[in-house]
Amino acid sequence: MSFPVADTPETAPAFATRRVIRIRAARGSRAFDLAELWEYRDLIYFLVWRDSKVRYKQTVLGVAWAILQPLSTMLVFSLFFGRLARIPSDGVPYPLFTYAALVPWAFFSNAMIQAANSVVLNQQLITRVYFPRVIIPLSTVLSGAVDFAITFVVLLGLLMVYDLWPTLRMLWVVPLSVLALLTATGVGVWLAALNVRYRDIRYIVPFLTQFWLFATPIAYPSSLLSEPWRTLYAVNPMVGVVEGFRWAVLQTPIRPDTAVLIATVVSIALFLAGVRYFHSVERTFADVV
Amino acid sequence: MTSTVIRAQGLGKEYRRYTLGEGINRYATLRDSLTDAMNSVVRGRRRVSTTFWALQDVSFEVSEGDIVGIIGNNGAGKSTLLKILSRVTEPTLGEADLHGRVASLLEVGTGFHPELTGRENIFLNGAILGMRRAEIARKFDEIVSFSEIEQFIETPVKHYSSGMYLRLAFAVAAHLEPEILLIDEILAVGDAAFQQKCLGKMDEVAGSGRTVIFISHNLDAIQRLCPRCVLMDHGRIIADGPTDAIVSRYLSSVSDTAGPEQWIELTGAGRPANGDVRIVAARYSGDARLGNRVATGGPLEVQCVLESNRARNLSSLAITIYSRSGTKLLNADTIELGKSIPIRSGRTTVGIRIEQVHLNPGSYIVGIWIGDSIGHALDHIAEAFVLDVVLVRGQGFGKAAHGAVACHFDVVPDLASSASEPRLGDHVRSEADS
Repeated sequence: MSFPVADTPETAPAFATRRVIRIRAARGSRAFDLAELWEYRDLIYFLVWRDSKVRYKQTVLGVAWAILQPLSTMLVFSLFFGRLARIPSDGVPYPLFTYAALVPWAFFSNAMIQAANSVVLNQQLITRVYFPRVIIPLSTVLSGAVDFAITFVVLLGLLMVYDLWPTLRMLWVVPLSVLALLTATGVGVWLAALNVRYRDIRYIVPFLTQFWLFATPIAYPSSLLSEPWRTLYAVNPMVGVVEGFRWAVLQTPIRPDTAVLIATVVSIALFLAGVRYFHSVERTFADVV
Repeated sequence: MTSTVIRAQGLGKEYRRYTLGEGINRYATLRDSLTDAMNSVVRGRRRVSTTFWALQDVSFEVSEGDIVGIIGNNGAGKSTLLKILSRVTEPTLGEADLHGRVASLLEVGTGFHPELTGRENIFLNGAILGMRRAEIARKFDEIVSFSEIEQFIETPVKHYSSGMYLRLAFAVAAHLEPEILLIDEILAVGDAAFQQKCLGKMDEVAGSGRTVIFISHNLDAIQRLCPRCVLMDHGRIIADGPTDAIVSRYLSSVSDTAGPEQWIELTGAGRPANGDVRIVAARYSGDARLGNRVATGGPLEVQCVLESNRARNLSSLAITIYSRSGTKLLNADTIELGKSIPIRSGRTTVGIRIEQVHLNPGSYIVGIWIGDSIGHALDHIAEAFVLDVVLVRGQGFGKAAHGAVACHFDVVPDLASSASEPRLGDHVRSEADS
């Protein structure tokens, strides 16, 4: 059976195209609804825009904060680990070696920390209006992209200072950043959901970040580890991201294939598991927050 | 033919409360969960959790274009019902279908950010309420002119007065174009002229065939706007029909818990209970003609049962009324009257009567205090009960309904040409003379 061409949704009577919202006492976990997220894309856009705008409006130094954080860490690491402890840096000047790692790390850790607090901070919205709850941590993570872009520009500047010119390899930065984003979102939404129920999470997050920092080759190269430990170590997806960044930006000789492969698998798994957990508890947020 | 746009079937909502010794703890901590797990493994004991049904077996249908008011005492389940219909929370039982685009206004200005300008907040708030970016851009000028704050549109809203803030927030909300609109007690904002404008906008909404569900303590507004009304009590719908009949039934009925004329047990309320005198129970009553409800501008009498270990004179009995957000609005303390209250050993019932309560319609929290002559508390219950204030008849669109406190006022015309204009020089001289 075929329909006449005129019978499209635009010309059909209003009640035929009218959307039905079904409210049910839910059982089990809700699926990750990409179509619904797409419908709410304008809200995601405005929340990202709000977060980045407010961040720079409220502080005296504004945009400078985004640069200051990794830059000062670079100085401290260069002095203590590079100069005093004489930690090897795969033949790259130590400040460059550590800063190239701090760029994805700062993006990752800030995104994770802010996502973890996002649901509790936005409780006013959650108790008043409906929208897919995952938008809150998601837009928080995405708003970190602005900071990321700024710190990356500084990295380009540093490369020029050290007379290291970018090659096509640099393009690998994009998929690697996506891995950092997936990891931050996966862990961030998981922490955000737990934070609604257990307010202790906010004290745990700084610890977690600190341990994670030292479990990632930022101040030292992963070449310090011998096999099979090096492969096992790469279960931390940030190992693949950071080593990948160094290879892409600083042109370090060995391409970290295994680490990046493991990072891809682990970060996707973390993302799916985190979002799944979030969806399984999100319906209680408005009642618990 | 009108079609059904909202159909609710057996909706129920159960809330769980965890009780830890005295008082209610809303947030669990990891420690609690860990010790719970330990206790249940080792001793088979668990933390006490009590459940209650905020909503029970609620079924109703709303046809396209209906404007339905929902009324009922505090705790009747009105807000819970609206939260379920707007999908903020999920029902424990039952189901509901809504046909069409839904917008819910459980509060005006949701998501307003103080650091952002009026312009930026219009876009942010519009997106939060479910408008598309292009839609907001198209209606932007209309929203700004409706709000009447054109000249401040580039100013961060933290510099706005509360009136300006509400105007802007309402202006955004008023330009939503959903097929179903759910509103919780927000209409009454701004000054009288702005209220008339909002009323006009609401009439427009009603006339355009949109379906509206509206919760309010402002019975006057309900009677003006809603031809049909639903009365709720204890999480159930107890009456549904023409508004005038339902409102008079509501006003003549007496609610049986924490409502007017019922004793509220206060011995269990969390507080340091080492005093020699204790507040055991309290009740309140308002206007006898309104089923003892408290009306804006009407009387309020709060009676307390005190228990003392000996006969004594009590210097201070005070009733404090707080807004829902915790602002102290009113404090009636007998110490200001300079009269001490004789109480017997055992139980004595005493009360405070306020002739006119100038509170606008809404829910308020009442605290009770008893103290000695030098201001030490003998007993103090910060949140004894919730008081509902209703508005029965008003002028215009809800009398002076912006803010918590009502007052009588009028315009003083043309001050400059008035003969009674005070002159500074006269004033200074008269003071120097005395």
